Amino acid sequence: MVRLLSDWLTLTPKYEWVAYVAVGLFQAAILLALVMTAVAVATWAERKIAGRIQDRLGPTRVGGRFGWLQPVADGLKLLTKEDLIPASADSILFRLAPYLSFAPVFAVFLALPFSEGWVAHRLNTAAFFILAVLGLEVFGIILGGYASGSKWALLGAMREAAQVVSYEVPLAFSAMLPVVLAGTLDLVAIGEAQKGWFWNWFVFHDPFTFIAFWIYVTCAVAGTNRAPFDLAEAESELVAGFHTEYSGFRWSVFYMGEYAAMAAVSGLGVVLFLGGWNGPIPLADWLGLTPEAGAIAGFVGQLVGSINFVLKCIIGVVFMISLRWTLPRPRIDQVMSMCWKYCFPLVTIAFLGATLWTLFLPDGLLNWGHPKAATREASVVACFAEGQAP
Amino acid sequence: MAEEELQKTLMNSIPSINPEDISVGSESEVRTEELLINMGPQHPSTHGVLRVVLRTDGELVLEATPHIGYLHRCAEKIGEHVTPRQWIPYTDRMDYLAGMNMNLGWALTVEKLLGLQVSEKARHLRVLIVELGRIASHLVAAGTYGLDLGSFTPFVYCFREREKILNLFEAVCGARLTYSYITIGGLMADLPPGWLDQCEAFLDEFEPVVDDLHALLSVNHIFVKRTAGVGVLSPELAIAYGCTGPVLRGSGVDWDLRRDGDPFYTKMYQDYQFEVAVVRDGRYPQPSPAVPLEAVRGDCWHRFFVRMVEVVQSMRLVRQAIEKYRRADGDIGQPIKLNQKLPAGEVYLETECPKGQMGFMIVSLGDAIPWRVRARSSSFCNLSVLPELCRGCLVADVPAIVGSLDIVLGEVDR
Repeated sequence: MVRLLSDWLTLTPKYEWVAYVAVGLFQAAILLALVMTAVAVATWAERKIAGRIQDRLGPTRVGGRFGWLQPVADGLKLLTKEDLIPASADSILFRLAPYLSFAPVFAVFLALPFSEGWVAHRLNTAAFFILAVLGLEVFGIILGGYASGSKWALLGAMREAAQVVSYEVPLAFSAMLPVVLAGTLDLVAIGEAQKGWFWNWFVFHDPFTFIAFWIYVTCAVAGTNRAPFDLAEAESELVAGFHTEYSGFRWSVFYMGEYAAMAAVSGLGVVLFLGGWNGPIPLADWLGLTPEAGAIAGFVGQLVGSINFVLKCIIGVVFMISLRWTLPRPRIDQVMSMCWKYCFPLVTIAFLGATLWTLFLPDGLLNWGHPKAATREASVVACFAEGQAP
Repeated sequence: MAEEELQKTLMNSIPSINPEDISVGSESEVRTEELLINMGPQHPSTHGVLRVVLRTDGELVLEATPHIGYLHRCAEKIGEHVTPRQWIPYTDRMDYLAGMNMNLGWALTVEKLLGLQVSEKARHLRVLIVELGRIASHLVAAGTYGLDLGSFTPFVYCFREREKILNLFEAVCGARLTYSYITIGGLMADLPPGWLDQCEAFLDEFEPVVDDLHALLSVNHIFVKRTAGVGVLSPELAIAYGCTGPVLRGSGVDWDLRRDGDPFYTKMYQDYQFEVAVVRDGRYPQPSPAVPLEAVRGDCWHRFFVRMVEVVQSMRLVRQAIEKYRRADGDIGQPIKLNQKLPAGEVYLETECPKGQMGFMIVSLGDAIPWRVRARSSSFCNLSVLPELCRGCLVADVPAIVGSLDIVLGEVDR
């Protein structure tokens, strides 16, 4: 794409960076549009599902029958709101915080594969990149709470700091299990490793990954600040927590960050544990929708894959939404002790167990003592004997 | 109940637990700089215009001081310038979530002064109406308590059911919140035709919803974790602070004015079968889920659960009242004249309102307008234990404790 553009503009090699910047901006715009669509649909779904759970209808007026234009109306309303900065706030940090909280989540989508070939940027350390970047979101929230100059916001930010930083640890640990199983940090390769029937998905690989999956779910909900772990914005305790003083567009940017993070952790969970773009039945393979079968068949295959992926993400998001409207909120000390006293030891055991499982039972429980396993065992033992990593 | 019997009840109750012993534990030993936080009067979970000043150390609350008076409307003083019947509308603006029960308290007080006895039909109708009012009030308490703990959905379920009760009340008197329906000498009007069937239909619909609410709140694991062992109020402390109603019964004191109150009030409940919602031998009146192991007598969970049990008992009473009303002869009688002369005298009468014991005092010198009118509000006394309960709890426990006391600021400030 860069080449095409630079040829078309007849750029000399010295000015080729112009083409890079232009293409980069173009790709970012596409990605941003995608993320914003996901956010809009998620907010609409949230309101609709919440309505249905609570015997209400949810939005019905804006844009026809199901109120599907509600996110647009909400956005417009927020844009026209007065933009208030409290006198006691640190003005610069206060302005900066919402964007600092949204931008990292947006960056997650850069490395998240939607199907085998549809990924904005294929990184060989994608899993690591996503976990690292997702962890940056907390800075915006802490900054927002600190800069607001309000005691409630400060309490919210302190809770956020304690909670999210703690939950990053078991989250990363549980995300490492599929990495160990697939032997790579590349998310595309991890997705590929789960090809075929649904029992090839890593969640069903062995008991340890199954445990790790549920720990991932818990920590993902806690890490994105979603109820029942929305302690940073606990409206009944801290008024509105870290965004007490925010209004209008800045407030909505925080919310975009939250909903985008929901989609991001669902996407990551789907790739790591739920087979990514592989459907429960290897239908696309039977129909021969592979890149080798030609451009159109390949495109259709990618499309089917990404539809699979998006559907699974939607299930994840809907799960998080229904959780929010069902459960009460635990207390901060309970949330913290759950992380360090239950999630962390459990995921450590699961990590160890899954590692040993891959070592001794690489072909599953039924193929115990398979010659391949024996050779692998021998090679690992030999590696350790030689003082190298296996 | 006599003094000795009350003492016996106290002796039977399990030894109270010191709140210090079950606070958050060693993780909160670290001390940092203290912070003074103003909770309210515009805070989402102070249930109105209550202001609590919290002295906190991080998440730990060292001291909570309630400040009241934001909703003071001189109701008592106004009562000394209008006739008792004209003061009826002021009573249902005190506890605006249970207006019917407030009307009844004042009506009974004046009736006692007048030596007036309402007809049988009016008596049963009053029981029917006030017990429905109790259900409505407890539904608000349960729903908003869920909200205080971060669970939004039970709130909507509770308000949906309350809405049906309000529809019934609207059909009866035209108002949905401030009814002025029960007046001195009877009731404002008789029931409209077909109302009793609607009421029975509501009870049939409502019965399964109680189980839903138990599933979403009472036995929910997170809910139990948040409420069990939090804000433990010992029976001794509850009595010392004058706590009444579900707050007192949550501490395990077997005391309900509908059974133990002034004879002028208890004869209204003559021939009615109901159980006082209090834990006996670790069990509540059935049907109700088992008490979780973590729950300590007198904690937030028990205070909440007493209300849920009372809702079931009130449904029993409503069903009995419908039967009795149908069988009763005669009419509901006539209210007293608007400017009826009162005999000289002094009467104080307490009734069991949803929030606790609501007492009205009237002193008359023989005019149509009383010389002195006073109200003893249950929420005021129940709120007064807040500093005791909040000492050493976490910030998140403060809404849990305030919610479990179920205060209405209109009644606190009057």
